[in-house]
Amino acid sequence: MSENYVLKTENLGISFGGLKAAQDVNLKIKKNEIYGLIGPNGAGKTTVFNMLTGVYQPTYGTFYLNGEELKGLKQEAINQKGIARTFQNIRLFNNMSVIRNVMVGLHNNPAFKCNPFVSMFRLPSHFETEKNMRNKAKELLKIFGLLEERNILACNLPYGKQRKLEIARALATGPKLLLLDEPAAGMNPQETAELMETIKFVRDNFDMTILLIEHDMSLVSGICDRLTVLNFGQVLAEGNVDEVLNNPEVVRAYLGDD
Amino acid sequence: MSNYFKNIKNAFKLKHYVNYIGVGAVLLLFTVLYYVGALNRATPNLLIQIGYSIILAVSLNLVVGLLGELSLGHAGFMCVGAYLGATVANALAGTLPLTLVLIISILAGGVSAAVFGFIVGLPALRLRGDYLAIVTLAFGEIVRNICKNLPFFGGAQGLQSEFYTEYLKAGKRALPLFIPTFIAVLFMLFVVQNLIRSKHGRAITAIRDNEIAAKAMGVNVTYYKLFVFVVSAFFAGVAGVIYTGTTSPIQYSFFSYNYSIEILVMVVLGGMGSIGGSIISAILITYINFALKSMLSGDMAAVKTLVYALILIVMVIYKNAPALKNVREKFNLQNLKEKIMSKVFKVKSSESDIRDDAGEWDEIPTKIITDEVLSTDFNLTTYTPDKPDKNQK
Repeated sequence: MSENYVLKTENLGISFGGLKAAQDVNLKIKKNEIYGLIGPNGAGKTTVFNMLTGVYQPTYGTFYLNGEELKGLKQEAINQKGIARTFQNIRLFNNMSVIRNVMVGLHNNPAFKCNPFVSMFRLPSHFETEKNMRNKAKELLKIFGLLEERNILACNLPYGKQRKLEIARALATGPKLLLLDEPAAGMNPQETAELMETIKFVRDNFDMTILLIEHDMSLVSGICDRLTVLNFGQVLAEGNVDEVLNNPEVVRAYLGDD
Repeated sequence: MSNYFKNIKNAFKLKHYVNYIGVGAVLLLFTVLYYVGALNRATPNLLIQIGYSIILAVSLNLVVGLLGELSLGHAGFMCVGAYLGATVANALAGTLPLTLVLIISILAGGVSAAVFGFIVGLPALRLRGDYLAIVTLAFGEIVRNICKNLPFFGGAQGLQSEFYTEYLKAGKRALPLFIPTFIAVLFMLFVVQNLIRSKHGRAITAIRDNEIAAKAMGVNVTYYKLFVFVVSAFFAGVAGVIYTGTTSPIQYSFFSYNYSIEILVMVVLGGMGSIGGSIISAILITYINFALKSMLSGDMAAVKTLVYALILIVMVIYKNAPALKNVREKFNLQNLKEKIMSKVFKVKSSESDIRDDAGEWDEIPTKIITDEVLSTDFNLTTYTPDKPDKNQK
């Protein structure tokens, strides 16, 4: 039954011309799970993310979110259905302040519906919407410890906080599944430890299911419940963390033959 | 209802109203001067030119500066508005009071330009960057040439504007055209600034900053691009109708792509995304054009474009040359403002005063008492950050 899984992919695959960047990816992610997607460089991890968020349309197979097929939808539609993501190379709105970055994330929240013409002519509901949005954004920023920096331009934040802001912005869209693309890239061990706490916190307090790509094995073994390993676009192994990381196939893919 | 005014009062910041105050003051000053009789004959005409230039520059700024897409067809939308608005005005002139005719034809011109904006935008906004620029450029030229060749629009001789002749006939008895022009400017500022300072403005600037991230955040990029394009075209059409009040017959050659570029120059010179900057540079460039036209008459008229180009080059060099860095830092508006604030109002400007051109300002960051934020009974809905201490040295 597909309803038991938050995300279920069936033989998901894509080919660019003759190159099969990913094929036969079958993920089954349960609710409130932190699921890791690992693999050597160029294995197709981010390609899978791009298919799940609608950047690429999968050539083969399909995927379901809570039993609803989302294949073929546009990026914004998929986000509104409940898949939010962060990016490998941080993509914030650099010329906007921190709080406004989060408020863009709140844009489609049904609580803050507001017709453009209502805003243009400053009809009464405009002010209520703006105030509520701002308070909601402040709540989120407080949770992530960014409240004090809320009026700084996003590009002026330190790197670790930019990562946090990206997660906060993704959560603002009200997702059911959060995709994190290398959240610990470029972080020092202390920041990574902090990030692990943040991810666990998000899972527990936002009732969230998380799928993450990561190279940092301390983070992967620290927080992931289950893993899938990709290599050359194909699934190499899947299962519990210890099992997978001790799998000789996986070791060979990372370190080569002995 | 009282709640509504309370909301307006709470959101009030003088900063948001500077543009209205500036334009309103100019309107008031010249209205008084006009009725006193202190204006010479050329000035009202100059004021109308300035008025429609402001409308064009600010509405193009919406596309170029805030949405981040290059459009070179703004004169084309103006052309649509001018020809269709003038046709409506010609049909109505004489039967209705002049000002009413103006309002109806402005609406007709604006809406027809907006419809064209929608029709052009729908396919063209799939493109981006240079490609969109080329398509909009082609659109401008196509529209202009269609207007030139349609017998309905008077062919190559141009369309007679009854409107203009009626204004000439009425003379001093009619409301001078520059007053409704500036009211249109104020209306345009109202719409554009309110749009920018709302969740929709945030979405639009998010598209400019990072389209991929905006899509991933669920912002409907196609919808907002089209929306901005249509709003911008609407005001270009309005400017076109106002233009028909200043001349007759309407010449297709006026709407050439050189004019589109001139509007773009106003936007770039005033600063991308800066509404106030667009207003100032529209006034400046229109005035320079006007002054050169009256100074360099006869054979010297050919030099006009040269002088105009030289002025622009000097401005660009002044803005960017590394050798002039010290001069720029010594004489700029930001310094002047800080000087005024510290000398006249005794307010020290905050160092964390960040530049951000879209959306309402949050409270200027000041010291937040950390214990208060970290304590568990901290309530965000009632929390107000303390205002900067004015007596603090």
